[in-house]
Amino acid sequence: MAKIDLLFYLGAFLFCSGLLIVFTKKNAIMILLGIELMLNAANLNLVLFNSQKTGLEGQLFALFVIIVAVCEAAVGIAIILKTYHYYHTSVPDQISELKEKP
Amino acid sequence: MTIEDIILYLFMGSSVAAVLVMILNRNIFYASLGLLVCLISLSGIYALFQAEFIAVTQLLIYAGGVLVLIIFGIMLTNRISGKSLQTDSHNVFIGILFSAGFFGVISFSFYNTEQSPIVNNLNIVNHMSTVGTELMSTYAAPFEVSGILLLVCLIGAALTASSFKKNLNG
Repeated sequence: MAKIDLLFYLGAFLFCSGLLIVFTKKNAIMILLGIELMLNAANLNLVLFNSQKTGLEGQLFALFVIIVAVCEAAVGIAIILKTYHYYHTSVPDQISELKEKP
Repeated sequence: MTIEDIILYLFMGSSVAAVLVMILNRNIFYASLGLLVCLISLSGIYALFQAEFIAVTQLLIYAGGVLVLIIFGIMLTNRISGKSLQTDSHNVFIGILFSAGFFGVISFSFYNTEQSPIVNNLNIVNHMSTVGTELMSTYAAPFEVSGILLLVCLIGAALTASSFKKNLNG
């Protein structure tokens, strides 16, 4: 097995681990970490496919994926902080009301 | 086996170990440190595959920015003295079944795919200056759009997380 095949399996493993973390963990920050892991697995695949051809499309697309991941992390952390300020919990299962409790 | 192969396997092993720490450990802080190790290992793998700009960007933005932001969020939303830094798990059976099945589907389809012959890319000039030139010439429009996206996200995140009372209604 060539080493680049092993790296594609590593990308698949990272994506599925992120999926497992999003499924099983209860805390909202852990869900955010899982999403970051899935985006990184996609980036790994983009860089690997780009290394097998001429041109730079894969690397630049990976760069834009990184930018979108940064935006997602910033807005996600802001929303988590705001919901923690209202509900005093960061577990999404315990947030079942849209408005602040009277 | 050359020295590059040894370094590559070292990075792959450390990233897999860090992800296993993220899954199995119940402490959120240790999980974020595991994500940090995984991101640094992935940056090393990028550097070994002629993507130096992506490697440096990964180190600067992820390991320097996003992880600090996430640790900041962990510190603010969990009481350190209590036991609420631990997180519980639910849907464990369904999650393992679904993700293992998805991994099986990806691996099976990749194993059965007829691959194109690998172009030897080592002699092509693929340095950071080429990335910069491409970014400012061919990909100028997505670059500007992503800049606007970053600006909007910055303002939105700051407005969402700030604690001043809105007095727009008078």
